[in-house]
Amino acid sequence: MSLSPVEGVALAEIESPGDGDERREKEFVGRSPGQLAAARLRRDRTALVSGALLVFFVLVALAVPLIEALYGVGPKEQFQGRLDGYGMPLGYAGGVTGEHWFGLEPGLGRDIFIRMVHGLRTSLFIAFAAAVLTAVIGVTLGTLAGYLGGWLDTVINWITDLTLAMPFLIIALALMPTVALRFYGQREAVPAYFQIGVLIAIFALFGWTSTARLVRGQIIALREREFVEAARASGAGLGHMLFRQLLPNVWAPILVAFSLAVPQYITSEAALSFIGVGLTDETPSFGRMIYRSLDYLQTDPAYVFFPGITIFALVFAFNLFGDALRDALDPKSSR
Amino acid sequence: MSAETEPLLSVRGLTKHFPVRDGLRAKGAVRAVDGLDFDVRPGETLGLVGESGCGKTTTGRMLVRLLEPTAGSITFAGRDITRAGRRDLRGLRQDLQIIFQDPYASLNPRHTVGRIVAMPLQVNGITPPGGVRKRVQELLELVGLNPEHYNRYPHEFSGGQRQRVGIARALALEPRLVVADEPVSALDVSIQAQVINLLRDLQRDLDLAFVFIAHDLAVIRHFCHRVAVMYLGRIVEIGDRDDIYRRPQHPYTRALLSAVPDVATLGPAGRIRLTGDVPTPLDPPSGCRFRTRCWKATDRCATEEPALVTRDGGNQLTACHHPESGPMEVSK
Repeated sequence: MSLSPVEGVALAEIESPGDGDERREKEFVGRSPGQLAAARLRRDRTALVSGALLVFFVLVALAVPLIEALYGVGPKEQFQGRLDGYGMPLGYAGGVTGEHWFGLEPGLGRDIFIRMVHGLRTSLFIAFAAAVLTAVIGVTLGTLAGYLGGWLDTVINWITDLTLAMPFLIIALALMPTVALRFYGQREAVPAYFQIGVLIAIFALFGWTSTARLVRGQIIALREREFVEAARASGAGLGHMLFRQLLPNVWAPILVAFSLAVPQYITSEAALSFIGVGLTDETPSFGRMIYRSLDYLQTDPAYVFFPGITIFALVFAFNLFGDALRDALDPKSSR
Repeated sequence: MSAETEPLLSVRGLTKHFPVRDGLRAKGAVRAVDGLDFDVRPGETLGLVGESGCGKTTTGRMLVRLLEPTAGSITFAGRDITRAGRRDLRGLRQDLQIIFQDPYASLNPRHTVGRIVAMPLQVNGITPPGGVRKRVQELLELVGLNPEHYNRYPHEFSGGQRQRVGIARALALEPRLVVADEPVSALDVSIQAQVINLLRDLQRDLDLAFVFIAHDLAVIRHFCHRVAVMYLGRIVEIGDRDDIYRRPQHPYTRALLSAVPDVATLGPAGRIRLTGDVPTPLDPPSGCRFRTRCWKATDRCATEEPALVTRDGGNQLTACHHPESGPMEVSK
């Protein structure tokens, strides 16, 4: 709050001995560790490209109704007229035309592009919801175990070990149909939102352990740091300790864990749908599309090509971005 | 600094044992601090000195109640605070603050300096007249930092500057007693002098009492009115600075002082070399704890624990059966 701009400049000159890069000193505003990490991220070309790709995918997923309206084709519309007598799409590359950008499904004759756009939304929604849920559970349990310690720590560690000992695939295979049967009858159609909800719940059930362990370790390391003791010596309560002193210092690893968990859930959802316990054909999803396309691998390779390449690009971009994020947040970590 | 003034802080029989567990069974205890008695008068500086592991830091942390004492009592301004709960501590914590050793670990890297210094005000719900920001800037100025650096982060400061931030934070609540836990050990020698002088100025201007923990005898001598020498969780000698430095009575104090590399007064012949290691605080020696390394030890030292008493009726208390007498330079 200097009265004249000249005064600030004069002070700045005293403070910084002509370090070319230090011109920002004029305002006497420091750069937080978060701002420094963001600056490092902006300098990283891999992060920029993968980040741009992710933003594109997320925008597409958010704009599904708009895209559908502009494209003029729904995900359940069938174009039997464009299939030949054997149910194969007419034309080249799986029936790619100006109206059907990525061609048509053999057999049912549905539009692949709009189904993929819908599938992208399903995948991203499930993956993000599961990642947020696991992060919340993991951070809560990890913080409690790490900060409070004692018997609570022991109990939470036990639960973690127990969860890690459970075989994910077998339990998913056993649980999905059973839960569906419990709520809906043998002949009833299971609605899509229910399947999605169960998938998210299963991912959350199994996924929180790594975050919990990570956070617990970080909190234990921080708990003994002197700045935390300084807050305690000043009489800070539990809320201040957790939210002002401890958690701001573990956001970085949590963020990295989150960004690496999302692609994992995308592939897991696809895998579960592929083996038939995830989503059904009602809901467009990458897993179901790839599963169906395998029958036509010889006759219509374009069918597997589009969803395959998209899920690959999506997961690859997420992983690259997660790695770049880790490098930016912790430049000292070895590559 | 007369002896008649009511002590601000009074410590009696202060003890901290850390239980050692083997699985679930208790397997004994590390007797980190084992029965300390000392007083600190208002505006006075008491130096706690001793080698690593003698319980200095544990004592400091018990004084600000970061650790719960196993036994003994701490009386601050006439109030027994040994068992005070968190609510009772609120008011007390304003009067009792701590400065930490490592300026790189004692500041939250995610907070600006302004937030760090304002933290004690914030957690105690205090809004000083003129606002928090003004108060923080006053404090920064008080410790010799540019108040315009309010918005900077710790990583943008040097070690000495960071330590000044830590001091500003300790002073935010206008304490009456500050526990300084090796506040300059992690700093360069040139910076040490600056920080020590800052602390001395602050003490004079704000009439602060200090419990100054250090292992550097020169720093203690420069800064403290009285000195307590600790060995293995006990005070072996306590007294006015000049008495301790000129006429140390306890053999351990003599050995410590002789180890100061001060060629002007002591030749190599004056160095008292202690043999052996410090015994484990898990199972300290019987009687006098220093007897295993003391060159004057007799059978009596092994059986009878020496009391901390005065030898000449003065302020200098020594716990030894065979105290030395006479000035330091002459002996040995």
